[in-house]
Amino acid sequence: MKLLLTSVEQGLIFAVLAMGVFLTYKILDIADLSVEGTFPFGAFLFARFVSSGINPILSTFLAFCLGSLAGLLTTTLFTRLKIKPILAGILTMTILYSVNLKINGKSNIPLFSYGSIYDLGSTLLILIIIVLIVKILLDLFLKTETGYLLIATGDNEVLVKSLGENSNKYKLIGLMLANGLVALSGALMAQHQGFVDITMGAGIIVVALASIIIGDTIKKNSNILKNTTRAIIGAIIYKIIGGIAIDLGLNPNDLRAINAIIVIVFIAYNNTASNLFKLKGKGGAKNA
Amino acid sequence: MLKINNLSKSFNKDSDERIDIFHGFNLQIEENKCTAIIGANGCGKSTLLNLISGSLMADQGEFILKGKDIGKLSEEKRAIHIGRVHQDPSMGVSPTLTILENMSLADKKGEGFSLRKLVHKGKIPKYVELLKDLDLGLEDKLDTQVKYLSGGQRQSLSLVMASMKFPDLLLLDEHTAALDPKTSHVVMKKTKELIEKYKMTTIMISHNMKDAIDYSDRVIMLDKGQVILDKPSKDLTEEELMDIYRKKLVEHLM
Repeated sequence: MKLLLTSVEQGLIFAVLAMGVFLTYKILDIADLSVEGTFPFGAFLFARFVSSGINPILSTFLAFCLGSLAGLLTTTLFTRLKIKPILAGILTMTILYSVNLKINGKSNIPLFSYGSIYDLGSTLLILIIIVLIVKILLDLFLKTETGYLLIATGDNEVLVKSLGENSNKYKLIGLMLANGLVALSGALMAQHQGFVDITMGAGIIVVALASIIIGDTIKKNSNILKNTTRAIIGAIIYKIIGGIAIDLGLNPNDLRAINAIIVIVFIAYNNTASNLFKLKGKGGAKNA
Repeated sequence: MLKINNLSKSFNKDSDERIDIFHGFNLQIEENKCTAIIGANGCGKSTLLNLISGSLMADQGEFILKGKDIGKLSEEKRAIHIGRVHQDPSMGVSPTLTILENMSLADKKGEGFSLRKLVHKGKIPKYVELLKDLDLGLEDKLDTQVKYLSGGQRQSLSLVMASMKFPDLLLLDEHTAALDPKTSHVVMKKTKELIEKYKMTTIMISHNMKDAIDYSDRVIMLDKGQVILDKPSKDLTEEELMDIYRKKLVEHLM
């Protein structure tokens, strides 16, 4: 039971991560790898603030705000300097590795002696509230004029330009929001596990993708389930499966490979299935 | 009215493959009329459209639209004054959004996009009215994602979206070329009706001589970046156009 509770709690923390990555990967169609650096970035920022005596709630919020700057850097690299988005993300991640070590001057910081956002009450309840707030705000945002242009930017940049808008602006908004959420998730994880470690971001993009992909397979063709809901459910299921696997004696180090295999199998399945569909159908628009 | 003054554009400027597509080019497009531009591949018609819309920047020259030079504006700033329908039906719409959401986006063009709600139920009757004009039943599919529409339906929707805010200039970039002949005919007819109904100043690029004559008020033929024919459509026959076209083709081959 304890294990299940921890899995659900960590699943909720990863739900915030998954909702962030959903913005870049699903909506903007950009594989933003900087999150591998942003997740620990949020954790290290939190450690720095809370250890300087700032209240844990404010420290968590500041981690979100400053974390969004990673998105500013990545977007600048690919929109202004014309570096390919995937490389731009890797460069940001690499820069953040050094930045993270500098923030507190250490690669590992115990947090047990400081306050945490979970001191407010039941950890599970607090996480549910945070996840719901993020989900509701994100859903509301995606229904606004700006939110729809974010979706249109991922869909068809030509249309965004024809509406008199600069699509780079919407990429910037999307990446900053996404990285802010990933940093928030990192700060929440740091408080949950009671320490910050430089390796905590390794493989996190795969965890996020696995969550999104698992979420996508639930009631695949239903329009009622919002994508944010799918990301949340996906992250919790992912964490529960991972928890059970470790409980059954699986080495946590092997879990990473399993994460990656889950992502490969699901993406491959989706790609091949859509190809089969194309062969059967008459085909959509014939591009000239 | 659109006045193009002293337009110059070259490609591959610093190499041996330099192409001077336009040099001191001038053209006037009349107000509230549909002007068709035709010509063989490489004659400069697509380049001209891209230069007007700002997807390509001119080396030199003015584009005076309703008394204002838009030539120095970025593509997205120009887009506020210009509507464009591309050849590829997926270019004018957002496929994962519904028809209603796409129409709502088009309805905000030029007004700026804020954190207010995009879709307003009160505007639905206006959209239904516009879609009814197309006669394709799209008004009953407002909540359908655009990716499920056929090429012809998508292109018709693109046309409505591009013309919704009555742009000063409408650019049609071979917008029926990717459709089958029957659908192409239907979309062309709807296009003409819309242009006439809202009296839109239109430039239409076409490969189809018959379409160019049937659906425009004036036909211009380009060759190597120069106007080699400029006549009212009513004074032209398809045979006449084909004849000039063939002669030019032979000249190029010689």
